[in-house]
Amino acid sequence: MFGTLTLNAFLHGPIETVAQLSVLFGVLAVVGLLTYYQRWGWLYKHWLTTTDHKKIGVMYIALSFVMLARGAVDAFMMRAQQVLAVGDGAGYLSPDHYAQVFTAHGVIMIFFVAMPFMFGLINCIVPLQIGARDVAYPFLNSMSFWLTVAGAALINLSLVVGEFAATGWLAYPPLSELYFSPGVGVDYYIWALQIAGVGTLLSGINFLVTILKMRVPGMSLMKMPIFVWTALGSMLLVIFAFPILTATLALLSLDRTLGLHFFTTDLGGSAMMYVNLIWAWGHPEVYILILPAFGAFSEIVPTFSQKRLFGYTSMVVATMSIVVLSFVVWVHHFFTMGASANVNAFFGIMTMVIAIPTGVKVFNWLFTMFRGRIIFATPMLWFMGFLTTFILGGMTGVLMSIPGIDFQLHNSLFLVAHFHNMVIGGVLFGFFAGFVYWFPKIFGFMLNERLGVYAFWSWIVGFLLAFIPLYALGLMGMTRRLSEVGVEFQPLLVVAAVGACVIGLGMLFQFLQLVVSIRDRKKNPAGNNPWNGTHLEWTTTSPPPASPLNENTSGGLLIAAGALVFGFALVWHIWWLATLGVVGIVALLIVRSFETHHA
Amino acid sequence: MPNDKVTFGFWVYLMSDCVLFAGLFATYAVLQGATFGAPSVQDFVSLPFVLVETLLLLTSSFMAGLALLAARHHKKVLALGALALTLLLGLTFLGMELHEFGRLIAEGSGPSTSASLSAFFVLVGTHGLHVALGSLWMLVIMLHVALRGLSEGTLRKLACFGLFWHFLDIIWIFIFTFVYLFGALAL
Repeated sequence: MFGTLTLNAFLHGPIETVAQLSVLFGVLAVVGLLTYYQRWGWLYKHWLTTTDHKKIGVMYIALSFVMLARGAVDAFMMRAQQVLAVGDGAGYLSPDHYAQVFTAHGVIMIFFVAMPFMFGLINCIVPLQIGARDVAYPFLNSMSFWLTVAGAALINLSLVVGEFAATGWLAYPPLSELYFSPGVGVDYYIWALQIAGVGTLLSGINFLVTILKMRVPGMSLMKMPIFVWTALGSMLLVIFAFPILTATLALLSLDRTLGLHFFTTDLGGSAMMYVNLIWAWGHPEVYILILPAFGAFSEIVPTFSQKRLFGYTSMVVATMSIVVLSFVVWVHHFFTMGASANVNAFFGIMTMVIAIPTGVKVFNWLFTMFRGRIIFATPMLWFMGFLTTFILGGMTGVLMSIPGIDFQLHNSLFLVAHFHNMVIGGVLFGFFAGFVYWFPKIFGFMLNERLGVYAFWSWIVGFLLAFIPLYALGLMGMTRRLSEVGVEFQPLLVVAAVGACVIGLGMLFQFLQLVVSIRDRKKNPAGNNPWNGTHLEWTTTSPPPASPLNENTSGGLLIAAGALVFGFALVWHIWWLATLGVVGIVALLIVRSFETHHA
Repeated sequence: MPNDKVTFGFWVYLMSDCVLFAGLFATYAVLQGATFGAPSVQDFVSLPFVLVETLLLLTSSFMAGLALLAARHHKKVLALGALALTLLLGLTFLGMELHEFGRLIAEGSGPSTSASLSAFFVLVGTHGLHVALGSLWMLVIMLHVALRGLSEGTLRKLACFGLFWHFLDIIWIFIFTFVYLFGALAL
């Protein structure tokens, strides 16, 4: 009846029980508050069933913040474990639990923090910047969002029922194969990403068509704001990279559920095939995230330097070069695989080449600032922080693009420091900058500047404290993903843990900033153009008027619910429920096809 | 095209589906030699059988083209008839493919026998799954045409379906060439 799901799936040790209870209380608190304030109808009518791009954008960002909190808790747990589990100490997490924590951290931060944050900003701003009433397919947009939520829900469900993958965020086989990971963790991983991935792909198509087909008359491609260009580049990458992820995860799930032999160690399977496929998606993925962050900075730097953007054309060319080049660097993630020296040399050189368009962008921003009257508002502070950390991360990246050096640093904390440099200092700072820059436009009131400054300084100081030691530790020979470490590493790990706490302080300030700004919203109206921005989004009111033509539909929500049921059923091998999920989705789509007929 | 946003978006979707198949083709290319003692395509392929499959699918696509042509000329019955033939040919193709799969599994050469057979079954089967979903979609469109006639909306659906069906042909031609023909020649 319930497949492999038994009561044992709910029973864990004390730490897991705390996690279970916190998820449960979180859900109960939200349900309770909604009931107490009688907001269910409002929530359903104005948010859950909306197809308005601005509201969907806000919901994406809300999802991202909730998942950021979850991913940050994972990070604190890791830092605490590595401080405590030194020498003879075993720490407070079992090796298996520690592995689940670092896997969940990586998966959540990339798929359920960075991706929704990006789609949130793109949803809110791109249609405004190109003067479109909404996206090309508003219903699909709502469905994409809810599929992302379904993926996130599945990951959080794994905290309560069963376990999560203990394989690292890309679930390399053979470790992720059934023989070595017999539990349901990897299945949760596969289906959470598969469901969210379909949503992402559909969003990619949606925004590509929106940008190419729905610009106001007169806005030729070379007149689009750079944020729109980078969104276009990012969506192109989504369209060409995400199908590879879908295929790869499908093959892994076939190995696990039907006993096929794509990536197993026996009967001819090749684990390295998986690693190639997953990085053929994975490397474009990091550019999917960073390009819109570059785009946000390309809006912010001219605005706060009170100058035009330097080198618009070169910015466009650089963006599109990155799009193309990002598909020919994937092998640099596994130079140690044993490919021939020439293959490694090719991918090493391509990796250095892709740093050139990135460098072009950095110089363009610097020349934009040059002789500008710079206003150091919070978006600009985030940019300055980005500039410092991203250049550092970029240089360590080029360092590791040399295969000989990479052989020494592969899987060390040096690498961990490098990609956090890119993803926190690059992607996250970029999205934070975009968020504080466009917040007045989206909500119609200003964010508290003082708390924003506190948040920025906590983040940048905390970031440097948390990750610069990891470079040193990596050079000292400490590998990643260790649940117990040698005594010689302890001092720097303590510094990193302190850094994590300072970052935590920064997140607290950001939370306070939101609370205080919402409290004082009447006192700080934004007006149409608080920053003297020059692009189209600043010519409309803040918040922009709701589009009266948009329908309200529960279709997207229900289809995603069907996907969630389907995913959960497949994790636990409850075949009848999986069938029910699929039949439900198909039925909803057919009903939907008859509804839209009139429109 | 009356509403080219939808058609253009559908083209983009087809390109992304193409990438999915590219991934599966690459996997097949890498793993096809990893037979591990199990039979390879050369051992079990029957080229006349596959040729019949191919002709069925190509004729089905031709019928889909005729259906769209009839629909554009507002000949509803003719369009529905051509669609029914399209569906019939598609389902026959699917039946032959399932027959081949069933025979292989019965002979003990199922997808879990070797990496090579895993790759074979999943590449050919994913195409088959697309044909099955396309058939379901075709039924829904036939229902639309029967109930609501040939409006702008149904015409657009029909055009998108046509694109999808032709796209599956192209994928099949690649499967026919690289899996079956090259396989038979053990290239």
